[in-house]
Amino acid sequence: MLKIEDNRAWFLILPVFLLVAFNAVIPLMTVVNYSLQDIFGPGQRAFIGVEWFRETLRDPAIHAAFLRQILFSGLVLAIEIPLGVAIALTLPRGGWKASAAIVLVAIPLLIPFNVVGMIWQVYARPEIGFLGQVVNALGIPFNYTGDPLSAWVTILMMDAWHWTPLVILLAYAGLCSIPEPYYQAARIDGASRWAVFRYIELPKLNGVLTIAFLLRFMDSFMIYTEPYVVTGGGPGSSTTFLSIRLVNMAVGQFDLGPAAAFSLVYFLVILLFSYVFYTILQRAGRA
Amino acid sequence: MIDLEWMAWTTPTAVFFACVALLLAGMTLLQIVRPTFERKGFLPIPTTRGDRLFIALMLAAFVHLGFVYATELESFWLPLGLSAALGLIILRRG
Repeated sequence: MLKIEDNRAWFLILPVFLLVAFNAVIPLMTVVNYSLQDIFGPGQRAFIGVEWFRETLRDPAIHAAFLRQILFSGLVLAIEIPLGVAIALTLPRGGWKASAAIVLVAIPLLIPFNVVGMIWQVYARPEIGFLGQVVNALGIPFNYTGDPLSAWVTILMMDAWHWTPLVILLAYAGLCSIPEPYYQAARIDGASRWAVFRYIELPKLNGVLTIAFLLRFMDSFMIYTEPYVVTGGGPGSSTTFLSIRLVNMAVGQFDLGPAAAFSLVYFLVILLFSYVFYTILQRAGRA
Repeated sequence: MIDLEWMAWTTPTAVFFACVALLLAGMTLLQIVRPTFERKGFLPIPTTRGDRLFIALMLAAFVHLGFVYATELESFWLPLGLSAALGLIILRRG
């Protein structure tokens, strides 16, 4: 068994440990405390047990928001991961063209979330937006303020535009790290382009794609700003995702107890999904 | 003295977090005394002691949530006992 001679390296993680304690653990403890109480104001509270959890778990509006969230995250992953890998495969691997392509691809990632929402809110408007006008001119009715399908299409396109670059950059980094002898061996064996992708590139991308998959899943499962700016959760409640519902409860209605219980259930679901995905992807990688 | 009123502490939540802290301290001590190794039990993945504890805690959380969803009872000895039993099985045989 490997014996550790020097444990002093552990002190180096102490600052991060303290930072996490103040940023995450203490707020999480507070949320747990709030979830079991009815909070009327500073210093005014009453212990009510698990009532808020029962209310949250049985709320049909939260069930609907949860199903919407699952559908949204599923579509985001189904679109962005293959699209990101496909674009990464087409990017040049060296020279000034590679640098220019990476800079261009990364631009959407640099734009703040609320600005992305504003851009797409205007861009997709049927009366003044370029996208809305073009789609309507093609004879396809498109109005994200009145039609749920149009609202979903707009939000999915916006998310793909904003976040596919992250997948592209990760996949590109993975592709650039594959040693040239692998390709030489494939050429000698007369491997087709598909065979090179399937048996060389895809296995080598496993690590970065696991990260991309988890990042995009967690991020899309917690999405708030962009759909809130574009649709405000509408039309009706067709784009009210879990985080929008949560903010409406906590800030709009100031129901801190129910919002805290909802947050904890939300947190546990994300933790569960992430652990399951991580385990499955790690196993696939080992296989 | 730091005022922690904003954290809205209650006795049950304080006991809960004390138990979590004791559990983590106990696992750390156990790791120093008897280091864990990855092994394969009835769970579909090879796990270390920490992995099995995490799975047991997640399972306990969802057992309790299921109990809250499905019943009107306010006493939690039944899901607690069930979670502890499942947790022990996972830690020993998982």
